[in-house]
Amino acid sequence: MIHLLIYKAVICVAVFLLALGVAAYATLWERKFAAFLQDRKGPNRAGKWGLLQPLADGGKMFMKEEIIPNVSNRSLFILGPSLFMVTAVMTSAVIPWGKPLMFHGKLYDLQITDINIGVIYLLGVVSIGVYGIMIGGWASNNKFALLGAVRASSQMISYEIAMGIALIALIISSGGSLSLKDIIEGQDKGVCNFVWQPLGFLIFFICALAETNRAPFDLPECETELVGGYHTEYSSMKLGLFLFAEYINMFISSAIMAGFYFGGYNFPFAHELYEAFGWAEGSFAISLFGFGVYFIKIFLFICLFMWIRWTLPRFRYDQLMNLGWKTLLPLSLFNLALTVVVEYFRGTIHF
Amino acid sequence: MQLTNRKVVVSNKVQSFAERLYLPAIAKGMIITASHLFKKSPTINYPEEKRPIAPVYRGLHVLKLDENGAERCTSCGMCAVACPAEAITMTSGERKKGEENLYREEKYAATYEINMLRCIFCGLCEEACPKEAIFLTDRLVDVEFERNDFIYGKDKLVEKVNERIDVTPRQTPEVLEFKKIPGLKHNELFDPKKLNKGHH
Repeated sequence: MIHLLIYKAVICVAVFLLALGVAAYATLWERKFAAFLQDRKGPNRAGKWGLLQPLADGGKMFMKEEIIPNVSNRSLFILGPSLFMVTAVMTSAVIPWGKPLMFHGKLYDLQITDINIGVIYLLGVVSIGVYGIMIGGWASNNKFALLGAVRASSQMISYEIAMGIALIALIISSGGSLSLKDIIEGQDKGVCNFVWQPLGFLIFFICALAETNRAPFDLPECETELVGGYHTEYSSMKLGLFLFAEYINMFISSAIMAGFYFGGYNFPFAHELYEAFGWAEGSFAISLFGFGVYFIKIFLFICLFMWIRWTLPRFRYDQLMNLGWKTLLPLSLFNLALTVVVEYFRGTIHF
Repeated sequence: MQLTNRKVVVSNKVQSFAERLYLPAIAKGMIITASHLFKKSPTINYPEEKRPIAPVYRGLHVLKLDENGAERCTSCGMCAVACPAEAITMTSGERKKGEENLYREEKYAATYEINMLRCIFCGLCEEACPKEAIFLTDRLVDVEFERNDFIYGKDKLVEKVNERIDVTPRQTPEVLEFKKIPGLKHNELFDPKKLNKGHH
């Protein structure tokens, strides 16, 4: 029992720190990557290659004056960014980060908890995430903030449907389990899910861009129309939490996409490689190597997110709604039907 | 019926399927941005790296000392007269006994001020100077918070004895040739015996 508690505590803290650390350095990498795409150098003054920039940014955020508007609803105003941050971190709980680790003759999962409804948990928590934006925007008592919050919620509703249907197709083709561990382990041998779900991946990817409020779907915070969108009235570290949580969301959705469609910590010829090195099942080397591979995939997805952000202009609101309801929803339904037919002939499902 | 021939048919082109998909256009745009990843950034990391400047670059002024460390300027005012921006002001002082190591000749500039906000860095002061006292260097004027701080006095303009500023690049072959003209050896100390020996 005490072993279980220690193991859970260690892995919770590790995943929490991982999410925060990656998000912090994603802010730096975003600025660097944007600079490289625009023939600039990016931040390079704080430490070597600007590596201390996230600390400097955080320090700046803490030092800034904290303003809570008189007309705002004070408790909700504070609750908004907190909720957004909490839900952003909560999603990391069900993601398996590597192969189980053998320790004193027992296998420990590199996952906070392997719940059998992992996918539904993810969708649920992600939907709660928009409450942070809504509450924050509403409590600000500001027209721009409210418009941003309304946009965020309507965007979330529109794209969650297509996302959910794309996930149903994925679950059908990956064997019917809702546990993330099962989905990723299912890609251990054979091919990754992307091979059977290319269209599903495309839909999921577009929806993930919309769900994380990243460009070209960053309408809730578009500064050209809405000043700052839902965080117009926020300052100091509360604004920092909103911005930071967006990067955590980006990290988690990259992890989910890499896990669902590209095998997570699995990679082609993994077992041959492990045998060639003579690494035993559950050894530290395998876990670390798998984690490294997973991380490279996540990093590539984060780069893709940034690449898109610094290429595409923002959608107009009606284009956003048209894309969500008239294109992605029918497309995801078509993908679902196609998946059922294909899987019937592959023999994975029976009627 | 057509009254004029200025009629223009408005294009109401319907988007093709490929255009409505957006994806080909998106891919095209992404390739364009990605190609910039491999381009060299034209940025120069300023304090560490500096843009190469011409040898005759005209920057911040310096009031030179002679080989003994005495000020060359005799406060003749030629520079102030030559200055098109009227940036230079000075007051003269008379050398006292025992100050020979400080000032090269009997008259010297008690104060010498250049307003760096007025100065246009044309180099005419340098050209006008008969004593080779003022030169423009490759240094830049510092950033200041107050306008008054841009009026540089002797404390900032006179070079330090132990930190001599090399102005030889400013002495182009043309300038050196010019100096060879007899009677224009303004670099020499005043000597009454040579007074009538010049040729000009």
